[in-house]
Amino acid sequence: MALDSKIPQGPLADKWTNYKNEINLVNPANKRLIDVIVVGTGLAGGSAAATLAELGYNVKAFCFQDSPRRAHSIAAQGGINAAKNYQGDGDSTYRLFYDTVKGGDYRSREANVYRLAEVSANIIDQCVAQGVPFARDYGGLLDNRSFGGVLVSRTFYAKGQTGQQLLLGAYSAMNRQIGRGKIKMYNRHEMLDVVKVDGKARGIITRNLVTGEIERHSAHAVVLGTGGYGNVFYLSTNAMGSNVTAAWKAHKRGAHFANPCYTQIHPTCIPVSGDHQSKLTLMSESLRNDGRIWVPAKKEDSIAIREGRLKPTEIKEDDRDYYLERRYPAFGNLVPRDVASRAAKERCDAGFGVNKTGEAVYLDFASAIQRYGKEQAYIQHLDANDAAVVKKLGKEVVKNKYGNLFQMYEKIVDQNPYETPMMIYPAVHYTMGGLWVDYNLQTSVEGLYAIGEANFSDHGANRLGASALMQGLADGYFVLPYTIGDYLSNDIRTGPISTDTKEFEEAEQNVRKQVDALVNNNGSKAVDYFHKKLGKIMWNKCGMSRNTADLESAIEEIATLRKDFYKDVRVPGTQNEFNEELAKALRVADFLELGELFAKDALTRNESCGGHFREESIELDGPQKGEAKRDDENFTFVSAWEYKGEPKDAVLHKEGLEYKNIELKQRSYK
Amino acid sequence: MKLTLEIWRQKNAQAKGQMVTYPIDGIDGDMSFLEMMDVLNNELINKGDEPVVFDHDCREGICGSCSMFINGEAHGPDRLVTTCQLHMRKFKDGDTITIEPWRAAGFPVIKDLMVDRSAFDRIQHAGGFISINTSGNTQDANAIPIEKADADAAFDAATCIGCGACVASCKNSSAMLFVSAKVSQFSLLPQGKVEATDRVMNMVKQMDEEGFGNCTNTGACEVECPKGISLENIARMNREFMTASMKG
Repeated sequence: MALDSKIPQGPLADKWTNYKNEINLVNPANKRLIDVIVVGTGLAGGSAAATLAELGYNVKAFCFQDSPRRAHSIAAQGGINAAKNYQGDGDSTYRLFYDTVKGGDYRSREANVYRLAEVSANIIDQCVAQGVPFARDYGGLLDNRSFGGVLVSRTFYAKGQTGQQLLLGAYSAMNRQIGRGKIKMYNRHEMLDVVKVDGKARGIITRNLVTGEIERHSAHAVVLGTGGYGNVFYLSTNAMGSNVTAAWKAHKRGAHFANPCYTQIHPTCIPVSGDHQSKLTLMSESLRNDGRIWVPAKKEDSIAIREGRLKPTEIKEDDRDYYLERRYPAFGNLVPRDVASRAAKERCDAGFGVNKTGEAVYLDFASAIQRYGKEQAYIQHLDANDAAVVKKLGKEVVKNKYGNLFQMYEKIVDQNPYETPMMIYPAVHYTMGGLWVDYNLQTSVEGLYAIGEANFSDHGANRLGASALMQGLADGYFVLPYTIGDYLSNDIRTGPISTDTKEFEEAEQNVRKQVDALVNNNGSKAVDYFHKKLGKIMWNKCGMSRNTADLESAIEEIATLRKDFYKDVRVPGTQNEFNEELAKALRVADFLELGELFAKDALTRNESCGGHFREESIELDGPQKGEAKRDDENFTFVSAWEYKGEPKDAVLHKEGLEYKNIELKQRSYK
Repeated sequence: MKLTLEIWRQKNAQAKGQMVTYPIDGIDGDMSFLEMMDVLNNELINKGDEPVVFDHDCREGICGSCSMFINGEAHGPDRLVTTCQLHMRKFKDGDTITIEPWRAAGFPVIKDLMVDRSAFDRIQHAGGFISINTSGNTQDANAIPIEKADADAAFDAATCIGCGACVASCKNSSAMLFVSAKVSQFSLLPQGKVEATDRVMNMVKQMDEEGFGNCTNTGACEVECPKGISLENIARMNREFMTASMKG
C-alpha cells in the first residue's frame, strides 16, 4: 500500500483553513448516533475526549491509571510554546513553524508543523478560559520564558508544573462531560487489542486491571492518545506504567509504525545511583539558562572525585573543562538537547565523568549566584565586594527561579546544590517516532487515529523544549475533532456497532490466549529481569550513539531475549484479580518486539539526524569536524514500517518529505 | 540496612486483612521507599509468593498515585514529599516500619495497600470545572488581566495532586482540604466566579454523599499534604459556601 499523507493543496498558510472549509461535517442530531473510543487521558487523549463529547459524540474514554488526572503529561515541567508574540520580540506563526522544523533536523512534515504553529495561540486562550493558572507579571498579563534552540520568548508556564496545570485543565473539561454522561470513563483499564471490521477500526478489547475481566468495547472510530515508548529502555523519565502496548497492538493490526529510532535523550537528568534504580528524574531544561556544565580537565582529578578524595569545589577554575562553551561558543550551555547529551557522553566515555559511576557531569550555579548577587548588591546599595553578602543575595535569586527543582534534587541526591554543583547525566525522555498518521491524524488503518506523542508527525528527529504539551493539546482540542468528523460523516446511518461478531470474538480469544500463556508459564524469572536486560541492550547499543556492528548485534540479542522471556518468565498470582506482574508482562512482551524494530530502523537510517546519531555519519573535516552529518540526498523521508510477523520481517515504506517553504540547512551551533 | 517491615495484606475488597511481617536486608540509603518495596516484591516473586500491591506511577511526586501510610503518617516521616520521593536514608539500620493503606470510609481497600479513590473523581464531576467549550473561540488570553497575587494563590491551590493524604491524616476522614483547593483555585480567578455558587454547593453535596467527614480544624491535613496546600483554602471554601447558601 502506498502512503498517502493527504496533505491539502494550496499555499502553506492557507492549507488548514481551506481544508476545514471543505471537509464533511456531521450534524448535531447525527453526532448523538456516533460512538468514539479514546484510549489514554493525557493532554492529547483527555483534550480529545472532552472536545468530542462537547461536539455531541458519545465518548468512551480509557486509562490504566486510577484516574484520568494521573496520566504522565502531569509530569511535564518547563512550559508550552505558543506564537502569541505577547513580548513583541518578532515571533510569528512562521517563526514557530520554522524553529520546529529546524529543531527537528528537517525530518518532519511542513504542513503538519505549520498547522501546529497556527493553532498554538488558541491553546493559550482556551486554557486561560478554563482557569489554568499560568504565571503572570505584575501588570496581570501572562508571562513568558525562553527555551533552548530559539531566539524569542514564547514559552508560557506555571512554575515548574506546567504539564500538571494543563492536564488538570483537560481533566476538568472531561469531568464536565463525565458529569453530563457524554463521556463514559473507564479507569484502571488496559487496551490489549484493536478490533477491525471490514478493514475499519470498530472497537477495542480491554482488561479491567482490578477484576481481570476481558471486555469488548465497540465504536465507530478509535483514537489512541497513549503516549510514547521511552520505557523500552527500562530506565527513562517516563512513568512506571507508560507503555507501547496500545500502539503496538494497532501496529499488529495494520497501522504502520514510523521512525521508531527517533528518541530524545534529555541532557539534564539526575544520574543513576545504583542497580536498584527504577526510574529517572528530569531536571528542567530551564536550568541551563544559568547553570554552567563542566567536568575536570585532568583525568586524575576525575578519578580522585570518583574515589571521594576530592571535592568539585576544590578544583581550580583553570582545571575545569566547560566543554559546551569550549566546543560551541555561539550557543554554549544552551545548545539543543541532542547536542548537549552527546557531548556529555563523549566526556564521560573519555574518562572525565564524575559520580561513583563515572557517568555524570557537573551543572554548576556558582557563577550565576555570584552574578545575581553582585547585581542585587548594586540595586540594594550593599557592598558588592563582601563575598558573604553577595553569596546570600545570589542564592535568594536562584532560589526564586529554581527553588522547587533544587529542593527536588536535594531530596533525591542528598546534596545541597547551592553549595556544590549538581550532577547530571542524559536520560531517555521522549520518543519522536510513533504510529504513522496522515494529515487527518488517521493511521494506515481506517477509523484508527493516533494523537500526541503516540503519533510521529510533528517533531521530526528531535523535539524542541515546550513543544510536546503544545502538540498534545493541538491534536486533541483543535485538529482531531475536525478531521475525524470527515470520516464519521459516512457513519451516520451505520447504527450501533455490535460486539457480538466473529471479529470481536477472534480478538478477545487472541487476548485470552496471551494472558493464559503468561499466567501459566511457570518460569523462573520475574518480568523486571527481562525488562532490565532489554533496557541495557537498548541503552548500550541503540542509545546516544549508534553504529552498524552494535545495531546488528542488538537485533540478535533482543530476538534471543524475547525467546527467553516466553520460556522463562514467571507471573505469580492469577488473571482474575489485580495482578501488576501480569500487566507488566503484557507490556514487556510488546517492548521486546518494538525494541527489535527500533534497532532495525536505526540500522536502516545510515545518517545522523537529530536524536539519531550514527557514528558512520559525521563531518570529517572543516569547522564542523566530528559533528553529526545529515544525508538529505538519501534520507529525506519518513520510515513507515509495516507489520509482517517477526520484527525482522517488517517492510519499509518511505514517505518522501518535501520542503517548499524552508531551505534545508546544516544545523550549526558553533 | 536491615529492616523489619510490617505490611497490611488484604486479598481483595471483601477479604479480611492483616499485618504481615517481612524482614529485609541490603537496603541502600539512596533507594526511594518504593524502590525498597520493589526489592521486597522481587524477593517475594522469586520465593513464589505474591508481591505486595500498591499504587505508583510517575515516581517523581506529581501524579498522586502513591498512597502509603508509613509509621502512622501519610507519605511517611519526611515533609512535603510523596512516598515515591521519600528516601531510605530517613530510616536507620534495624528500624521496624509499619506500612498501611489510606484508611477512610470514602477510600475502600482494593488490595493490600491500594485503595479506591474514585470518590475524588466524582466530587470533581460535580463541579470541578469552568463551563466553557473547548472550541477555540474564546477571547484572547490577555483580555482579562489578573492580579499577580491572585494568580499565584490560584496556582498554589491548583497544585493539589489528589493523592488523598489529607483524608488519610484526618481523624474525621474529611476531604475538605482537597475540595477546597479546587473551589479556591476557581473562586480566585475571574473566569471561575461566574458559576461559583453552583460549584461550591454541588461539590460539597457530593463530598458529603461520598461519606467523608467534617472539618474540625485540627490541621493534620495541612501538615501531611505533600504539596503544602494551605488551610486557608478551607476557610475560603467555608466563606464561599456561606455566601452560596444565603443566595440559594
